[in-house]
Amino acid sequence: MTGQHLADRLAFGVPRAAQTWDETAIWVDPARMADVARFLREDPDLDFQFLNSITAVDFIGHLEIVYHLTSLIRQHTAVIKTRLYGREDLSLPSVIDTWKGADFQEREVWDLMGVHFQGHPNMKRIMLWEGFEGHPLRKDYL
Amino acid sequence: MSLRTEPMTVNVGPQHPSTHGVFRLRITFDGEEIVEVEPVFGYLHRGTEKLAEERNYVQIVTLTDRLDYVSSMINNQAYCLGVEKLLGVEPPPRAKYMRTIAAELQRVASHLMGIGFFLQDLGTLGTPLMYCFRMREKILDLFEMLCGARITVSYMRPGGVLDDAPAEFWPALDAFLEGFPSEFGEIEQLVLENEIVMVRTRGVSTLPLDVAINGSVSGPVLRASGLAWDWRKMDPYDAYADVEFDVPVAAGGDNYDRFWVRMQEVHQSIRIVRQCIQQIEPGPVRLALPLVLRPKPGAEAYGRVEASKGELAFYLVSDGGVSPYRMKIRSPSLINLTVTEHLLVGWKLADMIVTLGSMDINMGEVDR
Repeated sequence: MTGQHLADRLAFGVPRAAQTWDETAIWVDPARMADVARFLREDPDLDFQFLNSITAVDFIGHLEIVYHLTSLIRQHTAVIKTRLYGREDLSLPSVIDTWKGADFQEREVWDLMGVHFQGHPNMKRIMLWEGFEGHPLRKDYL
Repeated sequence: MSLRTEPMTVNVGPQHPSTHGVFRLRITFDGEEIVEVEPVFGYLHRGTEKLAEERNYVQIVTLTDRLDYVSSMINNQAYCLGVEKLLGVEPPPRAKYMRTIAAELQRVASHLMGIGFFLQDLGTLGTPLMYCFRMREKILDLFEMLCGARITVSYMRPGGVLDDAPAEFWPALDAFLEGFPSEFGEIEQLVLENEIVMVRTRGVSTLPLDVAINGSVSGPVLRASGLAWDWRKMDPYDAYADVEFDVPVAAGGDNYDRFWVRMQEVHQSIRIVRQCIQQIEPGPVRLALPLVLRPKPGAEAYGRVEASKGELAFYLVSDGGVSPYRMKIRSPSLINLTVTEHLLVGWKLADMIVTLGSMDINMGEVDR
């Protein structure tokens, strides 16, 4: 699904949440992520019931959180992205209330990339042990 | 008068033989009943995603072998499809068929492991597992002919496969397909309608479809809960658009259904391999790509396949360099475990081991 189409739908459900979009993806306001997620799932035209993956990419100036979604009924997919600027104390709302499948993946993003998800009931490291210092998938961690 | 009970917390794993690798469950029991479950991972974490940022695109193929190490061919396939999407190239037709044949044989091998260990966990000591291993061994022999390796195959490359199959591969594959139905029929006869298997697994640890979808569950576990969702049908890659096959689906979502779906999928995989042998035509098996690949800066791709455990995907981001800027592995085993708590709470200790077996997880892929 194109970013344009997503932006048109989002304008109804969560006004001013969409920031930019292109052919393949849409960038949304990180602070509104939980509302956006709920709308993406509940809207009958979008119907994104299935969360494929959550991941983060470290672009040094900012981190990008990427959500891949699928609608099992309408059989289309979408890519939602959101940008967090800076490198310290990064956080955005968790989407676990909308998709339980976000549970381990958000913990993994916290563990390896250092992005905190607000509202996640069990926000602790998943692959590495408690007490490990740093977030190894960041570009400045060698 | 009722007895006063006290909850007890027990660690199952990471060194427990029935956890299929170094998986740890912290379980709180009330008597024999499970009241709380917390899965703990990371014991096999090797940092594959970070390693990939230091290697070039062809070298990474060897890393993918070591994710789900009983399903290496399919890992190769997912990664290569991702890189091909990144480059905007497509492999030659013969390579697509070779990949489909290898991937379906691998699916059979992986499901045989799943089925064998599931029955082992159920308490059928040895016999069915050895039946499954005997059949799997023949598939590994075929892989050895293709690429010289049995487990960590690294057979596929971005833009095709390593090399064409040697002349002796085709008669060996025919012989395998000839003998397989009766060998597999033997084990089906033994266990599929076996009363003990039915009584122990029917209606145990059911997974409703809405819970499965909300928990991002995929693969045979999702199909056992009643949704015929298979990426080979929904978004056909390689030669899947040209072959006919059914997607087995069950409705109950219990331990028996998950096991049953795998048994049926084996038949479909064999059916696909047979069609591929008929349709495959001579030709090149690999694109002439440069040894060191450099995708366009800013390119990204989501290479996705229906692996034996579910949706396996490689999300690749390029900055124009010789290695991916970021490679994320969407591993079905890890994400299927999201519903562990739902599956186990309220059931007994003895069922827990069987339920884990029915999930068919692989720790190489969970921890990456």
